[in-house]
Amino acid sequence: MTASIIAPQRLALGLSGVTKTYDGTPPVRALVDVDLSIADGELVTIVGPSGSGKSTLLHIMGTLDRATSGTVTVAGVDVATQPDKNLAAIRSRHIGFVFQQFFLLAGETALDNVADGLLYTGMPLSHRREHARASLDRVGLAHRSSHMATKLSGGERQRVAIARALIGSPSIVLADEPTGNLDSKTGAAIVDLLLSLNADGTTIVVITHDRELAQRFPRQVSILDGRIESDVADSG
Amino acid sequence: MTVEAPAGDTIAPSRLAPADMIRAAGIGLRTRRLRSVLSALGIMIGVGAMVAVLGLSESSKSDLLAQLDQLGTNMLQVRASTGIGLGPGELPGDAPAMITRIAPVEAVAAVADVGSARVYRSDYVPSGQTSGLNVRAVDTNLLSTLQGSMADGVFLDQASPEYPVVVLGSVAADRLGIRSLDTAISVWLGDEWFAVVGILESLDLSPDLDRAALVTVGAAETYLESDLVPSTIYVRMDPSSIDDVRNVMAATVNPENPDQVEVTRPSDALEAREAAESALTNLFLGLGAVALLVGGVGIANVMVISVLERRGEIGLRRALGATRRHISVQFLGESLLLSTIGGIGGVLMGAAVTAAYATYRGWEVLVPAVAIVGGIAAALVIGAVAGLYPAMRAARVSPTEALRTL
Repeated sequence: MTASIIAPQRLALGLSGVTKTYDGTPPVRALVDVDLSIADGELVTIVGPSGSGKSTLLHIMGTLDRATSGTVTVAGVDVATQPDKNLAAIRSRHIGFVFQQFFLLAGETALDNVADGLLYTGMPLSHRREHARASLDRVGLAHRSSHMATKLSGGERQRVAIARALIGSPSIVLADEPTGNLDSKTGAAIVDLLLSLNADGTTIVVITHDRELAQRFPRQVSILDGRIESDVADSG
Repeated sequence: MTVEAPAGDTIAPSRLAPADMIRAAGIGLRTRRLRSVLSALGIMIGVGAMVAVLGLSESSKSDLLAQLDQLGTNMLQVRASTGIGLGPGELPGDAPAMITRIAPVEAVAAVADVGSARVYRSDYVPSGQTSGLNVRAVDTNLLSTLQGSMADGVFLDQASPEYPVVVLGSVAADRLGIRSLDTAISVWLGDEWFAVVGILESLDLSPDLDRAALVTVGAAETYLESDLVPSTIYVRMDPSSIDDVRNVMAATVNPENPDQVEVTRPSDALEAREAAESALTNLFLGLGAVALLVGGVGIANVMVISVLERRGEIGLRRALGATRRHISVQFLGESLLLSTIGGIGGVLMGAAVTAAYATYRGWEVLVPAVAIVGGIAAALVIGAVAGLYPAMRAARVSPTEALRTL
């Protein structure tokens, strides 16, 4: 069954007719006429091989990049008309990112790395740390909060990164190959974590090249050569 | 989870609290300590050199002023001009008496060369080995006129004009091998044993007397040479009348040939020395500035490398909601922090060098406030300039590119 019909929930993120062309000879069409709607509380995976345009799609959904044409709506805001500083503001409050390379700051503890998720909201450090404690607890790492980021295992680092993405209760969490740097067992645990966070109501988009992994998520959007090939939701 | 749908113009802006800005600027320093220390070191050496140069020049100047204060600048030295066609350097015999008649003059002390006599440690020393020392017949008020002091013993006094006693200048005593007067010591002077009654400290206003053996005029006339003519006359006067006295001095001393009289102010020589030192100070300040500049280039270099290495961090921060401005402020702040650390370290280092050297020389330790404030300000300016380009580069890094790398 396709999910082109939007459920009556509110829209967390919507793309309509999005095209992204990179200048060059010949110009590279990374995304072609992409329509995608993600409702509040959904867990969606975008799956496609390397070079299919999925990273570009993630960057556009995350307002890190702008579409050449089409409409992108994040948290009710049409981002095309917003200046850069407003996009930064949207990212600081409404979007959480999780990366394959974790991107933790080496000089900080796990707790402060999580607290950095609210750094650019202007919230004082003591409050950020309070939120960070709660967030670390959600990913099951409360006991590692005072460890330096460099002393953590890969799986723990990714949990810290997820806690950082969750800390501001964003409208949507975008995860780019979150298990790409982990062994299969640790990766599976991260997927379990994402599923349980989604069960608690967090809207999550997972980007992966791994079709097998994608099977574990309730809705799979398949992308190839910049076009959406299929958009399948498990009936369960 | 509820999602508010903010209208476009009511989005709460990204904000970075000032305390967080400083923390963010410091993270690069904390994670790359050695590199930070080394790049701050460049600034530290530059600032340290400048502070030390200013501190030392100030301390030495204060010492000189104290010295001038103590010695007084109200003294003139009168001697016969020497030079082509001027004949032997002699002043008229009645010159001291004439000078005494000038109203503002307070003290007159004359010194006469005893050209025929030399001083030796004993009568066995061959007469050619004079050690470069000479003998002078002096007035007994010479010491007070020159504001000199004794290293040991006493100066010549009125009670001993006819006795064969001698006071040695500091260099003369040293060359004769006489360090103290704990035991009675005599020197062979002319054809007579003279008892050494005193050793002078170095005379700042009349260094040539350091190399002389001083006897009273009476003793000189009795034992050495009868026909003494003053060669140098030291004159103390009311400080406010120095220029007036100076103007009439030559004509008073030698009314017939005033141009054969040379009048100088010994304190001028000390001031000239200071002027020469301040020229050197400027040179060293210039070298310090060059070191500071090189330190700044070092910081700029390290910051550019840092921006390249930390593209991932820049991408992450942009993803977390940082604006370009937040990124540039962070890197500019890091550069300023580096240079401030270098500046503070440099001020401490410069002050320590000043304290150590001034103490060694027995000067008052003075680190001028302008050196402290100026040193840190110079470091800040260098840090800002050095950080500007790397900060702009960091802000220009595209977040998507930054996140794709690694």
